[in-house]
Amino acid sequence: MIKVEGLTKRYANHVAVDNISFEVAKGQIVGFLGPNGAGKTTTMRVLTCFLPPTSGSARVGDFDVLEQPMEVKKRIGYLPEHPPLYPEMGVGEYLEFVGRIKGVPKPSLAQRVNEVAEKCSVTDVLGRLISKLSKGYRQRVGLAQAIIHNPDVLILDEPTSGLDPQQIIETRDLIKGLAGDHTIILSTHILPEVEQICEQVIIIAKGKLVATDTVSNLTSRLRGAETVAIEVMPRNGVALSAQDVQQKLERVSGVSRVLAKDARDGVIALTVESQQGQHIRPELARAVIESGWNLNELHAVGLSLEEIFLELTGAPKQDLAAPHATTIGAEGGR
Amino acid sequence: MNTLTICRKELNSYFRSPIAYGVMAFFALISGYFFYVAVVYFMQMSIQSAMSGQSQPMSVNESVIRPLFSNISVIGLFVIPMITMRLFAEEKRTGTIELLITSPVTDLEIILGKWLAALGLYASILGVTVLSMATLFMYGKPDWRPVAVGYLGLLLQGGCLLAIGTFISTCTRNQIVAGVAGFSVCLMLWVLDWLSSFQDSVGAKVMAYLSVLQHFDSFSKGVLDSKDIIYYLSAIFIGLFLTARSLESLRWRA
Repeated sequence: MIKVEGLTKRYANHVAVDNISFEVAKGQIVGFLGPNGAGKTTTMRVLTCFLPPTSGSARVGDFDVLEQPMEVKKRIGYLPEHPPLYPEMGVGEYLEFVGRIKGVPKPSLAQRVNEVAEKCSVTDVLGRLISKLSKGYRQRVGLAQAIIHNPDVLILDEPTSGLDPQQIIETRDLIKGLAGDHTIILSTHILPEVEQICEQVIIIAKGKLVATDTVSNLTSRLRGAETVAIEVMPRNGVALSAQDVQQKLERVSGVSRVLAKDARDGVIALTVESQQGQHIRPELARAVIESGWNLNELHAVGLSLEEIFLELTGAPKQDLAAPHATTIGAEGGR
Repeated sequence: MNTLTICRKELNSYFRSPIAYGVMAFFALISGYFFYVAVVYFMQMSIQSAMSGQSQPMSVNESVIRPLFSNISVIGLFVIPMITMRLFAEEKRTGTIELLITSPVTDLEIILGKWLAALGLYASILGVTVLSMATLFMYGKPDWRPVAVGYLGLLLQGGCLLAIGTFISTCTRNQIVAGVAGFSVCLMLWVLDWLSSFQDSVGAKVMAYLSVLQHFDSFSKGVLDSKDIIYYLSAIFIGLFLTARSLESLRWRA
């Protein structure tokens, strides 16, 4: 349903989204996870045709956001981080207005307004002015607005931000209820939210795609696997091939896989992932030394994202590491 | 169709906020005062001319309606920035511009809808002056054609300044900034021709041609001059064209 390839969005002096690729199948709920400023909103804005990509492509259904934006817009419902509401309008009137500009045929408009109002439980405030609504109601009116034209794809930017816990639960239930009819992408920086609502998760940080995975895989990875960055240098000027090092490290007990990242000036950098609950750093160090190489650097990979994960999942702050530099596009085509 | 939807929404929000009524009251007060002054002056002059035994009756069109139109067109300069300042600045500030841009409507539909709504509000503000005109028709026999031409001129001049104001509103997310900038531009377009009153250089002539009020003169006399109509229509076009470019650039910059 959604296909993003090599998407890059560059502003005058920084890169907001750097070479991201992912796909979302029809009917899926996908969580877009990352700390603030990771590029979630920018990616969503490209998908909704609000911003053009600097390079790369994004397609919704069979339509490209640059080539056929009108067709894409017809198929997308979008709830920006701040619901786009006109405070001086009444709720019903507002939904009617949005319905019209989204191309809902006039005869079915009134019925459609009632339907979405019911779905989002805003029927009792249809006659009220938007400026008089509480934050929770505003969010729900925002959701109602996004689904008024029954779009194939729903894009929700931090739909639960700024709500109280009760409202958060209601909004999550509402989104889950919408799942059958729409393909949903929602962004959040809250991990449990993804666990509760989404089937698949796309993690981005600093504009780069960190991982795409199913939620169950991700959580199992978060519970105990360790990612270690390691740099190895040759000793006594003996040349060293990345392949040798990789093979050697793969044989260390507890290692699930080794990725060669970089080799520069004879220094070989690798990323090593452990199996569940294994602490591999002492073994890795010994393996390197015993092979007669120099160990230049060895540390558990950590990002600010990791800290967010750790805090929010309530895991103890030990050696657990977020899956950084793992599966896809971690080094973004460099 | 979408244009009408957006236009209706804009008109609704004008009449729901105090802006429309405030501007209308301001306009009614000042234009009413001008009307009063013009009528009182006219009465004094006609009494004087009757006493001095001049047989030539004074024309209401010439001595009341024409100056009234000139005055109204100047008040328009002050009113128009108040109308246009919120058009896009407010949408940018609250983020509702995202709703419009991500909806399957074209930029042109959005811009035309908003501009037409502003023009509609301006027309209904001008409607206040119909009361003054009606008084003249009740007690006198002015020719109605110059009046119609005068109103057409006011609408054209208004449309052109509204288009420029709309463009300015897309450049900022702050209504006040849009208002002040719009006002400065309106003022500038008004005083551009002052230089030509005592200088005869090419530059002064060009500036006089660019001046908005200069082109209203013929309308206030009741003369339809194609040169002035073309000036206003092309100014409207340029204003709306700049708005479209600015709205587009919003996406590349945002």
